[in-house]
Amino acid sequence: MSNYVELSKLTKVYPTPNGPAVIVKDFDLKIQKGEFVTLIGHSGCGKSTVLSMLAGLNDITGGGIILAGRELSGAGPDRGVVFQSPSLLPWMTAFENVMLGVEQVFFTASSEERREIVEYYLTVVGLGDAMHKKPAELSQGMKQRVGIARAFALKPKMLLLDEPFGMLDSLTRYELQQVLIELWRKNKITALMVTHDVDEALFLSDRIVCMTDGPEAEVGDILEVHFPRPRERKAVMEHPDYYRLREHLIEFLEIHAHRRPVAGAPSPPSAGDRPAKSPSKAVLNPAGYESAPLANSPESRSLIAIK
Amino acid sequence: MNNNPLKKIDWLLLPLIGFAVGVGLWHLVSQTVSKDLPSPAKTWAESREYVMKPFEKRGEMDQGILRFTWYSLILVAKGYAIALIIGTPVGFFLGLSKSFTKTFDPIIQILRPVSPLAWLPLGLVLFLGAGKQASELGALFTIAVCAMWPTVLNTAVGVRAIPQDYLNVAKVLKLSRTKTLFKVLIPATLPYMFTGFRLSLGIAWLVIVAAEMLTGRPGVGGFLWQEYNALNYSHIILCILTIGVVGFILDRLMSVVERRFKTA
Repeated sequence: MSNYVELSKLTKVYPTPNGPAVIVKDFDLKIQKGEFVTLIGHSGCGKSTVLSMLAGLNDITGGGIILAGRELSGAGPDRGVVFQSPSLLPWMTAFENVMLGVEQVFFTASSEERREIVEYYLTVVGLGDAMHKKPAELSQGMKQRVGIARAFALKPKMLLLDEPFGMLDSLTRYELQQVLIELWRKNKITALMVTHDVDEALFLSDRIVCMTDGPEAEVGDILEVHFPRPRERKAVMEHPDYYRLREHLIEFLEIHAHRRPVAGAPSPPSAGDRPAKSPSKAVLNPAGYESAPLANSPESRSLIAIK
Repeated sequence: MNNNPLKKIDWLLLPLIGFAVGVGLWHLVSQTVSKDLPSPAKTWAESREYVMKPFEKRGEMDQGILRFTWYSLILVAKGYAIALIIGTPVGFFLGLSKSFTKTFDPIIQILRPVSPLAWLPLGLVLFLGAGKQASELGALFTIAVCAMWPTVLNTAVGVRAIPQDYLNVAKVLKLSRTKTLFKVLIPATLPYMFTGFRLSLGIAWLVIVAAEMLTGRPGVGGFLWQEYNALNYSHIILCILTIGVVGFILDRLMSVVERRFKTA
């Protein structure tokens, strides 16, 4: 099979007063058409940086990205992005927010057709009754539903999800994972998601790419996830392989959580480490695993507690 | 709870007490410190005609107080409109472009504190060739130049404060420049812009009095200066009160508009 998306030798370097900070180095990844791939790793490891380079929101320092046979340059609506914060424009209704993108992509369609596209996707994500509300009137989960509808309504070549459910409570997160996976199954859009939630990764992905800790983050391990589709949460969790894969992922994360402090290498300033990202992302606090014993490190607890 | 009914009307009662104290002090000063200051009663007696027949025109510089106010408001409206039309785009450029800011911020910071009284003669010189129109154009120039700055600076701050999230949306959807401007930048900046607009209106109203005084145009400010020269001191107080009340009303109106855009 041919590779639909190809990231080769992708590198991101930020200049800092203490010299260049290499966030991502020689990152290689190939994604097949229709595949759902998840990048998992600790906060600050550079996984979001990879995603935002793919989205065109962050300049590429070295290497390149090919999508559907063409090298990417800059952002564009051929990639639907779901941001961690819903990023809706507050002066527009849910409908208008989705329409903004639909107008861009389907500029040849009649206004009737465009309206139908917007209404279809908002209904599918469960906002049929709330599509003419402003974001301020919507709950966090509903806002993120709009964000998902906005991304899918573009009929993009690729879907990019940057910790899309990171700001939601676990019940809402489950609901939205279900919404996402069903839309994805119907549309068969190639997807790359960034998360640090092991269960989310296992439930949604075909392949999980573990990233080593930054600086100079690269691919550490790739896990194939063969649970049959369409997936149902209960069936996935009862699958004989589930806990083996889960243990494997957590073990990987724990090992890499300890690598950096042990190495004791001069680390780049944390501001350069996580450029232009909201502070709420730092769920797995790097400071936490410097002293905590392995089994009780806060991030492993939080990962297990999600279940 | 005896004072309960009083508490209910204190929104009315307390300001009335405040006014009474003010008028009392004014009366006291007119009786003791300066005998030339007209007392409240005398002011009312001499201003009555101007207040009770507010739109009457008896001569160029002898008209009802609201008629004068109307002249002033029209001039303010024109100057204010010029200030907004120039100030808003300048603010946008300042907010959007770092090099534009580096280029023009120093000159803006130098011109901003210059008093309207200093600008006016320059305005008159600027339009010397306009003959009879010179005084109006000079006044408009002064109002526009002085009232522009809050709009410029607030718009610039507003543009700089647009969340990166919104800009990312525009980038990902590849919105054209025009569409980004009208669908993202302007709506996101509106609350700041209206704060600027409100402050600018306050300044425009301050400037009008100075402009009319120096040019002798009919209006509240012109009337004030003329009555000072004619030794009708009570009319000075009438004008001051009118200017204050009108300024207050304008500010309230603008803050109503401003609040509408804040919630949007």
